[in-house]
Amino acid sequence: MIIEFEVSGQDFKKAGEASFEIKNRLKRLGLPPDIIRRIATATYEGELNVIIYAHKGKVRVCVEDKCVDVTIDDIGPGIPNIQLAMKEGYSTAPPHVKQLGYGSGMGLPNIKKNADWMEIRSEVNRGTNLRFKVNINNKEKA
Amino acid sequence: MKLKDLAEKMGWEIVVRNAPVEAEVKSGYASDLLSDVLANSIEGDLWVTRQTHLNIVAIAVMRDLSGILLSNGVKPDQETVEKAMEKMVPIFRTNLPTFEAVGRLYQLGISGER
Repeated sequence: MIIEFEVSGQDFKKAGEASFEIKNRLKRLGLPPDIIRRIATATYEGELNVIIYAHKGKVRVCVEDKCVDVTIDDIGPGIPNIQLAMKEGYSTAPPHVKQLGYGSGMGLPNIKKNADWMEIRSEVNRGTNLRFKVNINNKEKA
Repeated sequence: MKLKDLAEKMGWEIVVRNAPVEAEVKSGYASDLLSDVLANSIEGDLWVTRQTHLNIVAIAVMRDLSGILLSNGVKPDQETVEKAMEKMVPIFRTNLPTFEAVGRLYQLGISGER
């Protein structure tokens, strides 16, 4: 099963709309609650990154037999230094984002924590591709 | 203790009336940083915060929290209340500052241990 959503940059009012729907669908599929929570958390973090930093993006969730495979592609400024962006506490978020309680440099590390596998590719001034997988039968993480 | 019993005992104002309040609350988390709650809350936590914008509802849903307690007398935005009603997330209010609200919960055995 494949679920797809469009996400618009700067639209904080709609933050979570994609993740709400994905969580609901995974629940209907009967996946274990802890697995759904990890997928929902990581997807929400990814959705937020598109809203905070990019012009627009697409969330694509593919439910397979052994894992849930999530891809979040955006058109935006890209990440110049991925290693730095993955560092906990590093953030380039502007003040209005921090005021909402986001942008403290915890998002990408939290995606990594909740996922069993994660990969980021980015091109400056083009966009970022984030992909992560959560195994359906692994209950040992987060 | 059940969420509804906590609310009554503590004298919290109920902000969202249609949300489920039968959940047994065993643990809590206090933070105004949404990123922090996304990373460090655990299932069933009661979240104490003074953030009032509508994204708090999404955080509670994604993390399967039992509810949100707004401290320091802050009032939620109207769109926050509407979103919480739609997603059935219990929200309460207290005039107590966060430290005091959390302290009283702790006395009733609600723990913040991870």
